[in-house]
Amino acid sequence: MTEIIEVENLRKTETTDYWINEILFNRLTIKEYIRSLITPFNMIAGLIVLAGLYFIFLRFTQGLGSITDSSNTQPWGLLLSVGLFTGVPFSAAGFVLGTAVYIFGLKKYQPVVTNAILLGLLGYLFAVIFLMIDLGRPWRIYYPMMISFGPASVMFLVAWHVALYLSVQAMEFSSSVFEWLGLRNFRKIILGMTLALTVAGIMLSTLHQSALGAMFLLAPGKVHPLWWTSYLPWLFFVSSLAAGLVYVVLVGKLTQVFMKDKADSRYLSNLDGITLGIGKAAAMILFTYVGLRLAAITYENSWGYLNSPYGLWFLIEFSLFAIAPLLLFYAIQRKNVGLVQVGALVTMVAIILNRLNTVYITFNWQFPHHELFYWKEVIVVIAVLTIEILLYRWIVNRMPVLRQHPDYIGDEH
Amino acid sequence: MKMNRRDFVKAGGSLIALSLLGNTASAAHSFTGYPDRFGMMSDLTRCIGCRRCEAACNKANNLPEPKTSFEDTSVFEEKRRPYAADVQSYTVVNRYKVGEKTVYRKVQCMHCEEPACVSACLVGALKKTPEGPVVWNEKVCIGCRYCITACPFYIPAFEYSSAFDPRIQKCFMCHQRIVKGIVPACAEACPVEAITFGKRSSLLKLAWTRIWGEPDRYIDHVYGEREAGGTGWLYISGVPFSQLEFPMDIGTSAFPELTKDFLSMVNLTLVSWPAVFGGIYLMTKNREKPLHGEEKEEEDKL
Repeated sequence: MTEIIEVENLRKTETTDYWINEILFNRLTIKEYIRSLITPFNMIAGLIVLAGLYFIFLRFTQGLGSITDSSNTQPWGLLLSVGLFTGVPFSAAGFVLGTAVYIFGLKKYQPVVTNAILLGLLGYLFAVIFLMIDLGRPWRIYYPMMISFGPASVMFLVAWHVALYLSVQAMEFSSSVFEWLGLRNFRKIILGMTLALTVAGIMLSTLHQSALGAMFLLAPGKVHPLWWTSYLPWLFFVSSLAAGLVYVVLVGKLTQVFMKDKADSRYLSNLDGITLGIGKAAAMILFTYVGLRLAAITYENSWGYLNSPYGLWFLIEFSLFAIAPLLLFYAIQRKNVGLVQVGALVTMVAIILNRLNTVYITFNWQFPHHELFYWKEVIVVIAVLTIEILLYRWIVNRMPVLRQHPDYIGDEH
Repeated sequence: MKMNRRDFVKAGGSLIALSLLGNTASAAHSFTGYPDRFGMMSDLTRCIGCRRCEAACNKANNLPEPKTSFEDTSVFEEKRRPYAADVQSYTVVNRYKVGEKTVYRKVQCMHCEEPACVSACLVGALKKTPEGPVVWNEKVCIGCRYCITACPFYIPAFEYSSAFDPRIQKCFMCHQRIVKGIVPACAEACPVEAITFGKRSSLLKLAWTRIWGEPDRYIDHVYGEREAGGTGWLYISGVPFSQLEFPMDIGTSAFPELTKDFLSMVNLTLVSWPAVFGGIYLMTKNREKPLHGEEKEEEDKL
């Protein structure tokens, strides 16, 4: 209550001080703010980011070969495999929760929808950042939209959809930014567009989540037969739904532990019920996925490959996919929130493994020497992900993501 | 949050416009190829492994000097690829021992009739020219390397050591010479006429004429006639192609076919999703809030 009064008072004195201290430094003076930044976590994060930036600098002065193990047989290394192909399915969080709340009218999930949209937005933003590091000529990234078109390419579709969807998510999330900045009119305009933005999000997500799988339809001899199937677009789409859901559960758990002071009681008290609800949906989707996967392998007649090292590797990945929905169902029946979170974690690991296997680990499986990555590439990946976490924390510390802005309580959209 | 009729018509109109934009994807298919396109043919029974084609290619394309001279035959000790990080060449000749026979195989871009790389390129930098060669446009390439992922012959190469203007490197069938009416450098340099340049349709007849003329000398297969939907570069050989490391699992349909079905779904989704989800929204938005006492039950659903 005192906090609300404090905010009201500050609002009355909209001076430069207000903007700097309230908006930028989170109600601290510069000295206090800098002191608050010196924590063990920030120190380690800072070192990782510095190392990563150094290698990114190397890449932009000496070429991709200086930091990656990409080659003319394995053109896409860890940067894209992790940053784009593995990161994007989890970014389905925004559109899945947006659809549940704004289209299906499941108000129960309202407390987590802003967080889900932020996670989606950051996921896409950083997918583009990874892409910018990996593209040979990143300064031409807008070429597929303006200069030269290759509409027969699945990647053309991915480029357009990622660009459009990034804009859509930025607009969706901007209502929180406007609340933070106190720009009421802008907020109102954006809220009026919620339905249109959500439907646009569904269209763009359906198509490009599946397009990420469809890109590999062109490499039938290169992706291992236990992973390559003409069902790839469907498999990528269905698993992205599960990925988006479990991502909200797992980040929800983390916010409960580490960012409790940035959340309001509406968020914290509803999180357990939401986790159980999401767990049910994820379990259903995973059952569908497992069935689809079995059908796909049968359709391609690839079961014969099971009796090989790659077959064993496939069984490990597949058993995770099979265990996850069973675990989730068991947990839901016992209303065991902790176990739902474990199930979510198993699902996350399974999906990460699946994406890395399809686009990277089993790629060129017929070649005897199959080198995976160069350590410098690993540092860059970890550094960029660290920046993503820091940016997420920066935003949640300031903007109404895990809480409602005091000015707009009750004004739900 | 509501959508009035005008908004709805506007949204619908722009969607239909968008879906028409996507239609170009399927237009390519019924096309059977430019009529007078050129191709090349390698007769592996004639090749003597002199590497003069490699030397001529190097000169014609202004490529850097190789580490050892083109007369050096020790390079045959390993199986080379046309373009590796430290070897910049558009073509290489590799040696194979098949039973008693020594066979040399020239490797370079196959100049597919409907290339996977062209269908993969999101900026249209790679093109199948009416003359036959598959060429690359430096001015629009963004360096995404999807062409490398897509090519079933492992041909396009990227300059990983270049930070500012990394190029895609591969054989361009001396397109710059062909348009001036000059034969590609490798065919011109070959002392035993193992490489023939000509219209693809004539080369195919020549290939089969040679096979039928000397059935003991050749196996009954023109590699490239149907592989991956047909290639501009054809091979005839005295030993099975599988023993010369030719890709044998790539099938006979053109690679762009693999993504055609998916691309055709795009328009469908763009047009039907707004109707489906807009409809669901309209159905649920006026749903009454749960009564007191039923709230618990509501939470249990989904």
